Amino acid sequence: MERVILIKYGELTTKKGNRNFFIQVLEQRIQEALQDVSFHIQKDLSRMLLFVKDADLEKAIEKLSCVFGIHAFTVATIVASQKDAILEEVYQLVKEESFKTFKVEVKRSDKKFPISSMEFARDLGAHLLKNLKEKKVDVHHPDLFISVEIREKQTFIYTHSYAGLGGYPVGVQGVGLLMLSGGIDSPVAGYLAQKRGIKLEAVYFEALPHTSIEAREKVISLARILAKYQNEIKLHVVPFTKIQEEIYKKGKKEYTITIMRRMMYRIMEALCKKQHAKCFINGESIGQVASQTLSSMEVINQVTSLPVIRPVACLDKLEIMEIARKIGTYETSILPYEDCCTVFVPKHPIINPTKEACMEIEDALDFEKILEEVIQNTFVIKVNSQKEKEFENLL
Amino acid sequence: MIYFDNAATTWTDRAVLDTFVQVTQQFGANPNALHARGHQAKKLMEEATLQVATLFDVKASEVIFTSCASESNNFAVQGLLKSYPHRKKRILTTPLEHSSLSVLWKHLAKEGVEICFLKLQEDGKIDLKDLKEQLKKDTLLVSIHHVNSEVGIIQDIDEIGTILQDYPKTFFHVDGTQSVGKIPISLEKIDLFSCSAHKFFGLKGSGCLIKKESVHLTPLIFGGKSQSPFRAGTPSVASIASFAKALRLALFDLEKKYQHAKALEQRLLDGLSQMEGVVLNHDEGNSPYIINFSVLFTKPETLLHALSQREVYLSTKTACSESGASDALLALGKSEKIASHSLRISFSYQNTIEEVEQFLKILKETLDALNLKKGAN
Repeated sequence: MERVILIKYGELTTKKGNRNFFIQVLEQRIQEALQDVSFHIQKDLSRMLLFVKDADLEKAIEKLSCVFGIHAFTVATIVASQKDAILEEVYQLVKEESFKTFKVEVKRSDKKFPISSMEFARDLGAHLLKNLKEKKVDVHHPDLFISVEIREKQTFIYTHSYAGLGGYPVGVQGVGLLMLSGGIDSPVAGYLAQKRGIKLEAVYFEALPHTSIEAREKVISLARILAKYQNEIKLHVVPFTKIQEEIYKKGKKEYTITIMRRMMYRIMEALCKKQHAKCFINGESIGQVASQTLSSMEVINQVTSLPVIRPVACLDKLEIMEIARKIGTYETSILPYEDCCTVFVPKHPIINPTKEACMEIEDALDFEKILEEVIQNTFVIKVNSQKEKEFENLL
Repeated sequence: MIYFDNAATTWTDRAVLDTFVQVTQQFGANPNALHARGHQAKKLMEEATLQVATLFDVKASEVIFTSCASESNNFAVQGLLKSYPHRKKRILTTPLEHSSLSVLWKHLAKEGVEICFLKLQEDGKIDLKDLKEQLKKDTLLVSIHHVNSEVGIIQDIDEIGTILQDYPKTFFHVDGTQSVGKIPISLEKIDLFSCSAHKFFGLKGSGCLIKKESVHLTPLIFGGKSQSPFRAGTPSVASIASFAKALRLALFDLEKKYQHAKALEQRLLDGLSQMEGVVLNHDEGNSPYIINFSVLFTKPETLLHALSQREVYLSTKTACSESGASDALLALGKSEKIASHSLRISFSYQNTIEEVEQFLKILKETLDALNLKKGAN
């Protein structure tokens, strides 16, 4: 049997000029998310209708729950637009449900249907009251809301609604690069950026041999979770060791992290240009560590003219952790591998760095050449939402 | 060759052996080593562990690889006793357990552990009324052989698990050595579960204990970090990978294999019931993979050797038991004569109806010949 999933758009309906573009991107995202499911799409004025086979329904629901730009969706049963068929199907659909009160709402887009909406809703209600025991009608606060949409040939009947993720379809805002470390904050920042329609590419600063391959794999696992929302993520791996060692050798100890972050921002800007990205995103949260005080942010931010999006800037750690748990990155984030930010931490990093001190230190470094080399040697790993089965032939 | 001794052990599957060889050659580093090759081995080990966990529907951290089911059984019981020293040492079990537990019971009884044997019904299943009577709020452990290895009695693990839900302080251990890959198992209500790969076409020396997170076990083997924090020793990645593969293959088409075993069982029972001097020790509800019978007029060893000469292999009792008569049959109320003259046929999905036909023919001829000799004497 075929069912139809009725998809209600999220916030995008309010953006008149871009509406068609938004819907087009959403359709593309849905096509990608449902690549293992056979279905066809019809577009209504305010909704998308997705026709799927019963056998694929569960999978489709699971996948749609990961598509931004969907406000809510319902699964409707399809019957012929004939009175008796509709009466019978509504009864079949709700007889196993547990509820005390109900309400039937009928919409008639096919005005040729011989009975008016109001009248037919009454007929349906009467039919259910006759056939089900101990049920009552409650038009204000029903336990079960039964919707019947009568169209020209087919009628859709549905009861429950699934919440979508909301937000904008990923990609409507173009590309942004996410600074993805192995921590708790940056994957959450990435998720929130995706929610506002930014298609992510991730950047990982690697400090081999001070960090391990396991640290890189942890970042790949995190990228894989974010890839659920946009099909595939490009992960740029930046070989950062040389810069860190240079800073560590020649810089002032308490400025190590400040200078390191400035270097990272410079690399981010270069990569953004290369990838035609309009912004970069990170997991900085105001005051969480020395490099995330407002003074630090000011000094670090001075090396780029691009917008730096900090989606979790104003969230408490506990709030960030809650989102991390919800999206499933938390367990991976807390695996104990050192990342490049933790290996060269000075005992007392400066909380109020100044621009002048930074420039003085940087003048003594030969960083431009190294930066160029580092960007040159940056390589890309394409990360899919499906974990590749590396050992399939052995297991 | 007709190999009807699959409950003793199976012949390792070629694909499982291939995994063992390839992993040994390509993933030779210690998975706990920090270097890249160690990391590769660790990743494979984790992937294999996850596969086993997924197949058993438990968490990866709940899978502990051991050397055999005997170790798993010993670890489960002894580890529990050590971990909960202040609890009353009372264990409920059956007289149908494998020797790795029945011998342990004797040993523990000497140390003051109270071992209580549950009453069995006529069909060998645990009398659940007796279980409820013997269960106390402070009973430490109920340990049950899911499928008995000698007679093939299947205990209703799910029902027992449901009863134990009302006893939150009582742990439930199930020895699933004869059930994995043969009948469906849900570990939902089980705290500890033992099994061994060589019973389902894996390798000898490769066992497993599932230990739910809520249970604490004191290790039998202490030492550094290994596959599991509960058992030290350099993990055998090859063994673990081949365990995962053997388990996957064993659980594939489980129902189809079971129906096949049912057909073998039916044909065998039809044939045996027509033979003079053969007593069947098999009930309808027993595992179709294990058929126990007694031949009263000849010593089982003699018959076994005679069949062995014709390349037919089965066993008298279990390969691991030590005394003369079968304890399991005695516990089921069979006579001393029946219990000391029993033989066991154990199938795998690889056995065929033709083999059963052939076996019945050879058995008939062998019994006739032995009977004749006996008459001549």
